[in-house]
Amino acid sequence: MSEKVLMKGNEALSEAAIRAGCRHFFGYPITPSSEILEYLAFRLPQIGGTFLQSESEVAAINMVYGAAAAGARVMTASSSPGVSLMQEGISYAAAAELPCLVVNVTRASPGLGRIPPAQSDYWQATRGGGHGDYHLIVLAPFSVQEMADLTILAFDLADKYRNPAMILADGMLGQMMEPLEWGNQPQDPPVKEWSVSRTESRDRRLILAAPISDEGLLELNCHLVEKYARAREDEQRWQSYLVDDAETIVVAYGTAARISAEAIESLRKKGHRAGLIRPISLWPFPAKAFAGIETTAGSCLVVEMSSGQMVDDVRLAVNGRIPVRGMGLGGGWIPTPEMVEEEILKS
Amino acid sequence: MSTTNVERVLFERPQSLVALPFPYCPGCSHGIINRLVAEVVDSLGISERVVGVTSIGCSVRCWKHFTYDMVQAAHGRAPAVATGLRRVMPDRIIFTYQGDGDLAAIGTAEALHSAARGERITIFFVNNAIYGATGGQMAPTTLLGQKTSSSPYGRDPVAAGFPIRVAELLATLPAPGYIARVGVFDAANVNRARRAVQRAFEVQMEGKGFSLVEFLASCPTNLKMDPVKANEWVQKELQQYFPLGQFKSPEE
Repeated sequence: MSEKVLMKGNEALSEAAIRAGCRHFFGYPITPSSEILEYLAFRLPQIGGTFLQSESEVAAINMVYGAAAAGARVMTASSSPGVSLMQEGISYAAAAELPCLVVNVTRASPGLGRIPPAQSDYWQATRGGGHGDYHLIVLAPFSVQEMADLTILAFDLADKYRNPAMILADGMLGQMMEPLEWGNQPQDPPVKEWSVSRTESRDRRLILAAPISDEGLLELNCHLVEKYARAREDEQRWQSYLVDDAETIVVAYGTAARISAEAIESLRKKGHRAGLIRPISLWPFPAKAFAGIETTAGSCLVVEMSSGQMVDDVRLAVNGRIPVRGMGLGGGWIPTPEMVEEEILKS
Repeated sequence: MSTTNVERVLFERPQSLVALPFPYCPGCSHGIINRLVAEVVDSLGISERVVGVTSIGCSVRCWKHFTYDMVQAAHGRAPAVATGLRRVMPDRIIFTYQGDGDLAAIGTAEALHSAARGERITIFFVNNAIYGATGGQMAPTTLLGQKTSSSPYGRDPVAAGFPIRVAELLATLPAPGYIARVGVFDAANVNRARRAVQRAFEVQMEGKGFSLVEFLASCPTNLKMDPVKANEWVQKELQQYFPLGQFKSPEE
């Protein structure tokens, strides 16, 4: 049974979290993500969940850590500077292998920035973000529908890999309204046997961010490497659009992908063969999408609302087979379809 | 000759301590305080319901020694982690075990706000007026004039401010149920401290909100004193600035 509604991106994401079985939210207000906090402050008490407005993002992520240790599906949401404050806690959650969802509806620019859409947190999101050698599973929606669908998927992947997951969106996706279709009710979250939630007498459980010994520390890191390798193999997600005969392949995610798709459609009508690869998982990066592209494509153009971050990953995936160019700027710069068209035609 | 059995156990390892020697330095109070927590958990018969949260510093080591579920928190964040655990598991008995740097410096906000919310958790706060694990630097509770490796000329209030009285500070809030400061420098005070630990757990179990026990503790290694001298220093000097007592209880 499906149901069509008109919703704001941040609210669609929040309702999807509830559908995914999330009953615990801890967070601190920040624009342009605050509707998530406000929506869940309204909804969670209605269904016996917990909403807690914390004293800081630092506290919020550590409350998430505690709730995850207790086996709950749990999330927080913030925007760039707030997510920076959470990085220590995210690193601890990665080390202790605690599944949780962190939503970043980004701001633009370093420092306080402002709230126009931007994609300048790609590096922070895909390189772990905090200290140590770890990854988050990072999903990038490009519509209100995906704000909902990818949130449910993010919870599932977090549990599957016992790892924090992130939704990386921007103010445009968070604030805009679009029709959304609710699919079937997702399955109940799994019971987490490793957690400290207790249903019967058993041996004590330890949730540790640092193992007992130097050997244990190496063992943990070997285990993480193996886990990330599995995710790299199995969880690459992307959408290919008109790439089979494309001479120029545009690579873009999120808001930049919507704009690029419009540019490509316009060029196709004029007889130019351009296509789009849209990464949906930013980590693991969908390198598989680039297999064999050199048979038709002469170059790649990476369109980002940052001064060039994902372009690094595209270069690694293409590995010199065809030239890769970047186009982009952070700080609230939004390309028009015409600007993208013009850039494609330069190739 | 009759064989009347006069043997009875006067002293043994609490059930809820792992059979493992404590790693603490000679004269350190952590062993006594770990033991007090374990004894009270045993006497209340709650070991299956308890989950502890450790912090960073010497106090992180306690997770190896308790037989309960334990969760390791980042520096200063134990009360936030305990809050997350509490909100998912309303029936468990949750405590944090934190030192002075952890609770009164880097984690002040988390301690203050969990107390302000009346979060139904118990904090065991070990105040030895110095950083132990990192090698004897100044703590937020270091006394005026006290020499440490990062206050080599003595703590100067002009540059480094005044020591924080955590128990009194948190007792100004309406929500906490029980706040006390105790010493463990002699047998009579150890017994009083045990009663405070018990009261703190009971307040949590009775649903009367946040509870905290501050222990005046001794760190001979970093005070650069022998254990007896260090204990005397706690009793005389530390206690003078940090008076023992009950600052908040449900009866008040």
